[in-house]
Formats: sequence, structure tokens, C-alpha cells
Amino acid sequence: MAIVTLTNENFDATVKEGTVLVDFWATWCGPCKMQAPILEQLDAKLGGAVTIGKVDVDEEPVLANRFGIASIPTLLIMKNGEVAEKRVGVTDAATLEALVK
Amino acid sequence: MKTDVLIIGAGPAGASAALTLRHRNKTVAVVANAPESSSLYKAPLIANYPGVKLTGPEFQQALLDQMAEEGVELIHGRALSVMNLGETFGIAVGNDFHEATAVIIAAGITRESAYKGENEYVGKGVSYCATCDGMLYKGKNVAVIGTSSEAREDMEFLRSIGCNVLELTGSEGIEIRGEDKVTSIVAGGEEHEVACVFILKDTISLSKLVQGLEYSNGAIVVDSDMATNIPGIFAAGDCVGKPYQVGKAAGDGNVAALSASSYVENKNK
Repeated sequence: MAIVTLTNENFDATVKEGTVLVDFWATWCGPCKMQAPILEQLDAKLGGAVTIGKVDVDEEPVLANRFGIASIPTLLIMKNGEVAEKRVGVTDAATLEALVK
Repeated sequence: MKTDVLIIGAGPAGASAALTLRHRNKTVAVVANAPESSSLYKAPLIANYPGVKLTGPEFQQALLDQMAEEGVELIHGRALSVMNLGETFGIAVGNDFHEATAVIIAAGITRESAYKGENEYVGKGVSYCATCDGMLYKGKNVAVIGTSSEAREDMEFLRSIGCNVLELTGSEGIEIRGEDKVTSIVAGGEEHEVACVFILKDTISLSKLVQGLEYSNGAIVVDSDMATNIPGIFAAGDCVGKPYQVGKAAGDGNVAALSASSYVENKNK
């Protein structure tokens, strides 16, 4: 499944049900660029069992503010619309896989 | 951009490793930060390294020139994190990231320990990367701890996006305070309201640079091949322990390079 671009408009509908991994990132951030291929790997491995979405904090300051993003990348594991886990900093595929299971 | 080996640090250990790898036909990138604050740079004379009689700055420049002549790719900036991407390692430097089959950490030592409140508020208003997180604090009060030329550039960047920057050197008796997030910093006995504290020292503490790296008493644990506990990551120089001497660093770098070279050759088989 392709990684979804999340905006203030589609965010709530996307995370409402099931497990969604949300990556808060920005184009100017080296560690975020490093996170991207890890998420693609994970997406390929999970084959759509978990939705992965990305929020560009520069485009979506309202979402960044709502979730109190203080540093990027920040990864949220959302379960049925609630934040189940928050990770700050680049996180490897194995750790993320364990968290979404 | 991918190289066979990426080396973090351009001092004697990193340079020795880079040159050895080039002589084994490996592609090499070296992350070099502003050298002014290294202890080598401050040395008035390198007096106990065979064949060399140079000042610290002259010696550092000679290392950089020699690496450039040998086709080493120099990346100016601070390494922020090293991550296993599966087949390669990813190394984030400023607003970019690089890939390499093997990594050699030759980052020297940071003598300072964490500031009061630093570890507690990492990711909650303590940041090590102004270019990454600056935009989240547009128009707000922030503090910057750091005095290198790179820290000054980062301060200019933060001012350019409208941050009100409090400049600190780190020697003011720092305490970072907050609740869920940072709310203020105490420096020189005065409390200042800030939304973020950017700690821009030259080297990020080892435990934050590489997750899962084994270290003991502040030094990276290595075996006699300069291999760390993580396959594909090697270390050399002051960051693996005493004595903090140029000769030992260069020797470490040489061994680490030979080990990294074999590792890369095995991977490419």
C-alpha cells in the first residue's frame, strides 16, 4: 500500500479505525529523509495491514501543534484514533514493526 | 549518495582510516565539523608524533588537504544519527543523509556531561538540530548553547525565521526546566522563558548518535579489530578510550580501516 499524505482535512478520517503509523517530518530535516526509506521498507513488509501516513509539519502546522510536535521526525502509533505510542527521532524498522503489531 | 565507508570525524583517527581505505580502493566520505574546538586544534605544537612538527591548526589542515588529494569526499557538518537501514547504514548530517556499507566512528570525545534537564526534555523542547526543528519554533524565544562557527550559522538561521535567540556558551550553570515540554532555561542565575533549547555542541553524545552502541565509562567498547558490538560499525581514536594521543588515534584508525575494508569486501561478495 502506498504511504498516505495526511493533511488537516483527511487526518481524522484516516486514523479513526485500526492502526495507523504517522510520521511528522519536513523537507529540511536530514534524519527525516533517513526515516523515509525505513517507512517504505516497513510498508512493503506489512503489505497494507497497517496504514502509514506522513504529515509535513511545514504544510500542516495545525496538526503539528495539535500533537505537540517538538522535534522531528516524531512518529505516532494511532490505534482507533488515539495516540498509543510516541517516538521522537529516527526509529528503525524492527522497533516500529514491534510497536504496530 | 552512497560510499563503501563513512567516517565520522576528521581528526588523526578519521584521517588515518580514510587514507588507508582509499589505498584499498574503497570509496570514503568523512563527516568533518568545525575543528576550532577540538583539543588537537588547540595544541600549540604536536611534539610526540613521529616525523611531524606542526601546530594543531597546521596539522588539522594538513589532514584535510591530504584527504582531499586522495579523493575522500568531505562532508561539512555534524553527524546527528546513525541508523541501520538493512543493507546499509544511514547517517544523518544536518539537513541531508548519506548511506554507507560500513561506518567508522572517530568523533573524539566530548568532555562535558549532559546539562541539568537535558536528557529529560530530549524531543520535548531540547533539540540537537536547528535546521530540523527550527521551523517548529518560528517567532518564539529559543536558547542556543554552542560557540562554534557552525553554531553561529545555526543562530543566524534561527533569527532569519523569526526566532528570538538567547546565545549561551554552556558554562553559565545551565538548567533546563519545563513540565510536559521545555518552558524555561536558567543561565547565570537568571531564568529565561524559552520554547526550545538547541544544544549545538560539536559532537553529539555517543548514546544519542547510535542506538544500541555498547559503551563503558564514556568510551565505545571495541575489540582488537576496532569492531563495536554492532556489525559494520567500527570506532577509533579518543572515543574508544585513553590515551588521548595522536599516535594512538592514527594507529586505531588504520586498524579500523582494515577491518571495515574486509567487512565491505565480504558484504559485496
